[in-house]
Amino acid sequence: MRKRIVVASCALALAGGAFAQAVDHKAAAEDFEKRRAEMEDANPAELFEMKGEELWNAKRGPKNVSLAESCDLGLGMGVVKAAYVQMPRHFADAGAVMDAERRIVWCMVEKQGFKFDDIAKKPFQAENDASAPDITSLVTYVAGQSRNMKIAVPLKDPKVREAYEIGKGIAAYRAGPYDFSCNTCHGADGKRIRMQNLPNINTPEGAMRGVQGWPGYRMTGGVMLTHQWRMKDCFRQQRFPEPKYASDAVTTLLTYMTGTANGQVYKGPGIKR
Amino acid sequence: MTMTKTLLPAAAAISFLAAALPAQADADHRAKAIAVIKRDFLPRGQASIDRLDEDGVQAVCNRTGNKPPADIAQRLEADQLAAVKFPADGKLLGDWKSGEKIAQSGRGFTWTDKPGLPVGGNCYNCHQIGPKETSFGTVGPSLFNFGKLRGNTPEMQQYVYSKIWNAKGFNLCSEMPRFGHVGALSEKQVMDLVALLLDPESPVNK
Repeated sequence: MRKRIVVASCALALAGGAFAQAVDHKAAAEDFEKRRAEMEDANPAELFEMKGEELWNAKRGPKNVSLAESCDLGLGMGVVKAAYVQMPRHFADAGAVMDAERRIVWCMVEKQGFKFDDIAKKPFQAENDASAPDITSLVTYVAGQSRNMKIAVPLKDPKVREAYEIGKGIAAYRAGPYDFSCNTCHGADGKRIRMQNLPNINTPEGAMRGVQGWPGYRMTGGVMLTHQWRMKDCFRQQRFPEPKYASDAVTTLLTYMTGTANGQVYKGPGIKR
Repeated sequence: MTMTKTLLPAAAAISFLAAALPAQADADHRAKAIAVIKRDFLPRGQASIDRLDEDGVQAVCNRTGNKPPADIAQRLEADQLAAVKFPADGKLLGDWKSGEKIAQSGRGFTWTDKPGLPVGGNCYNCHQIGPKETSFGTVGPSLFNFGKLRGNTPEMQQYVYSKIWNAKGFNLCSEMPRFGHVGALSEKQVMDLVALLLDPESPVNK
């Protein structure tokens, strides 16, 4: 594993250099895809999976308990295998539908005694940060335990279905100075912004393209980021204000997108441009 | 930035619609979606919380799946078109070179952008335009050879100027932003974009 991570770092450095010189965007896009394929065997996300696994098993927080002994991701206490592809789901103890990141945050607060505001203050890695927040590593670990499994959001649960429908409404809601909704860019097949292909999140295949690769190691800036972060950055580009961290706005949107992708195979934490 | 986006307030637009709207099972979920949106966002940078409020056009498009009844669409389109501001001297053709720069830039209005003007036209994000730029989007139609195919008549200049100023004047639920209407692009900038598309000297028409 360690050797593979070193290889990954070298590949990244190479890719970064190639990017700086690339003038033609199309060539750059193809170049990236090629290098990403080369890196699949040495995915930097694995580093965060390893750290996340340690964090999951460690006794931490004011209550000095581990998540492994206190956190139920929907499949039983401490069970991480196949949990990521079956979220968002409804958690009776919290009285809410939660996506993986939100559920882990809930466990950190309720079981380990961390303060929500401390986690929410800086939940995502920025380009100049030396490391990703613990929550990102935890989500990456949990996601890695669903590698090559089918997405199976429990949409038969009426509460999950309700969240799905609300998320669908959020995806269609146009507002702001440019009248944009999620669907402005992600509501039709075969569209592009510049050279960037846009998945249609209203189809199973398109929604899966939106889910696939998150959490992801982002080559731009060399940061590890979660699907929650991606939703936030979409709202930024939509010219909307900022969604609150671990809020229903993000969870319902993730429920809609992930639920629409039901039945498709999730390949695990990935590499993003 | 405080914006007066439309002449018709959202509430009026919705009451307008009530009679025409078919019973929709979606309405309940949309109401809940809006409630979640109103509760779960925070202002950041220039992205103020009032950006979440629908104006009349947005409200109608949101409630009809972007397919408003024809009579309502026509009335609101006319309303939007009537508010287009033209330059005082009547000249609509600006500088295509400056237009190309405006078309290239996609900056502006996000919470990470510096507040204030000028902002970019975002044109290449969605349209093919000049022959040299191969990195163009496909959300909107290709505009290559636009003037060559349509001519550079005063009527065409007025159409292009109006369309860039407020695309909703022609197609109420168009995906295209209302660049002049919301104060993103100035009269001069819109003129420069008109020149990019129509000036016979513009590479678009070579």
